[in-house]
Amino acid sequence: MAVLETQELTYVYSQGSPFEKTAVDSVSLKIDEGAIIGVMGHTGSGKSTLIQQFNGLLRPTSGKILLDGVDIWADRKKIRDVRFRVGLVFQYPEYQIFEETVYKDIAFGPKNMGLDSVEIKRRVLETAHDIGIPEELLERSPFELSGGQKRRVAIAGVMAMNPEILILDEPTAGLDPAGRDKIIGFIKEYHRKKGNTVLIVSHSMEDIAGFADKILVMNKSRLFCYDDTEKVFSRAEEISRIGLDIPQITKIFIELKKNGIDFGKDVYTLDYAEKLLIKKLGERSRENC
Amino acid sequence: MGDIIEIKNLHFSYPASEDGGKPVEVLKGVDLEIKNGEFIAVLGHNGSGKSTLAKLMNGILVPESGKVIVDGTDTTDEEKIFELRCRVGMVFQNPDNQIVSSIVEEDVAFALENLGVPYEEMRRRVDDSLKAVNMYEYRLHSPAQLSGGQKQRVAIAGIIAMKPKCIILDEPTAMLDPQGRREVMNVIRKMNREQGITIVLITHYMDEAAQCDRVVVMDKGRIVLDDVPRTVFSHVEQVKAIGLDVPQATELAWRLRKAGFDIPAEIINEQECVDALVKLFDK
Repeated sequence: MAVLETQELTYVYSQGSPFEKTAVDSVSLKIDEGAIIGVMGHTGSGKSTLIQQFNGLLRPTSGKILLDGVDIWADRKKIRDVRFRVGLVFQYPEYQIFEETVYKDIAFGPKNMGLDSVEIKRRVLETAHDIGIPEELLERSPFELSGGQKRRVAIAGVMAMNPEILILDEPTAGLDPAGRDKIIGFIKEYHRKKGNTVLIVSHSMEDIAGFADKILVMNKSRLFCYDDTEKVFSRAEEISRIGLDIPQITKIFIELKKNGIDFGKDVYTLDYAEKLLIKKLGERSRENC
Repeated sequence: MGDIIEIKNLHFSYPASEDGGKPVEVLKGVDLEIKNGEFIAVLGHNGSGKSTLAKLMNGILVPESGKVIVDGTDTTDEEKIFELRCRVGMVFQNPDNQIVSSIVEEDVAFALENLGVPYEEMRRRVDDSLKAVNMYEYRLHSPAQLSGGQKQRVAIAGIIAMKPKCIILDEPTAMLDPQGRREVMNVIRKMNREQGITIVLITHYMDEAAQCDRVVVMDKGRIVLDDVPRTVFSHVEQVKAIGLDVPQATELAWRLRKAGFDIPAEIINEQECVDALVKLFDK
């Protein structure tokens, strides 16, 4: 069942002015309930404009967005509810923290939803726990926290609204490898626990290769491809040509194929590469015996 | 050649916070010598002290104890600090925090104007610098219209215009997309090769570090590894234990080695990995 569907979605910036630019050009796609989707595209490809329409921050120039089958712009007054149901975490969300305590910052979204204080407290405590913010930090000022902690607080604020769809725009940008793995781990755990749909925007295939069910690639305002992760990776060379990074491991296997060592499969994680190579090398050494 | 930067037994702490926190010791005895013309990467996870080290290298911070000698000048010498900053330029992570003018060429000229460089000379240096970073055709644009990678290249042009001996870049590509990262890395490499400018690149992208002459790895305020990239990355377990990655090519080779296959330990890029694997299959 598609939780979100777009029909010929088009967005034009500064329409009618000399700076007119079509940022999203008739994109039609369906996002299945409970899926993890990787969203890729280089700067200016239209991916941010696309996701900002998913929760009604931008109103499409033409085309439709259906949330659970209902056009989100059918009733203008209800657009605020859409923003609770589709939670958007911007890039560098730690810059948007403003409350005086961590607790209040995480509670901001649930409070705006009109939840009662018992439910707000339950959600704040649960989300903080799930994203690794110890309870003793809740009464501290968020500005005393480390960068990584601040980012987790900001993400928790959106998760606490328990949106049907959680969209994160480059949640790991600027983090070191350990910080990156931690955030990705928490997002995966959130998805496992809640079963909600999650969209993660990233420049790096290496980051999302391991866990995305499907990958959506934007290029020059259009939908370049949207398919199962495996199938998207089989087009690694094309994707690299439109300016995106493909995992080094995928590049290695493309080169091996050119050298006549073909595994007949696309490889995009280290674990899988190791398994394939050890198996094939093992078979060879037995043959040579 | 000689050393452009000499750091001896450097200690540094950030002062205690107002609400009674303890001072935080960030650098705990760092010794480092960087030769003129070197292209060196400093790796380390967040909080390892690498950005603090960068700020000590051009006198934004001064040592608590120990010495930082840059191009023969002690960074605690207040009379020479401005002169020193002309020789050692710095580029930061966020391009939006370091652009000051509303026109690209004015931004590049900013430091030169402050230094009182004569107009003709300034015009020439601004043009040359913008050409060097491939941004000359954008000289009359507003920086607001540029991509992140383009802004970083403008920031680098502003530094080059001062004709520095050394540029320190603190995660210059962290906020950029792959295309922007490539553009900036190409420009940095070119500056090093063609103009002989010493480059200190602070990064947590392993593929960028793999392109340098030398890699220094920091952990908990100390230097724990210091060697050519292929040797540093061959310490896969140690590098991973301190929360960093090695390039996937290196890790694949390492895993196969561990599984008993005869593959070299010092592999740092995909080509070397492919060659080694092809050889392994040919045996």
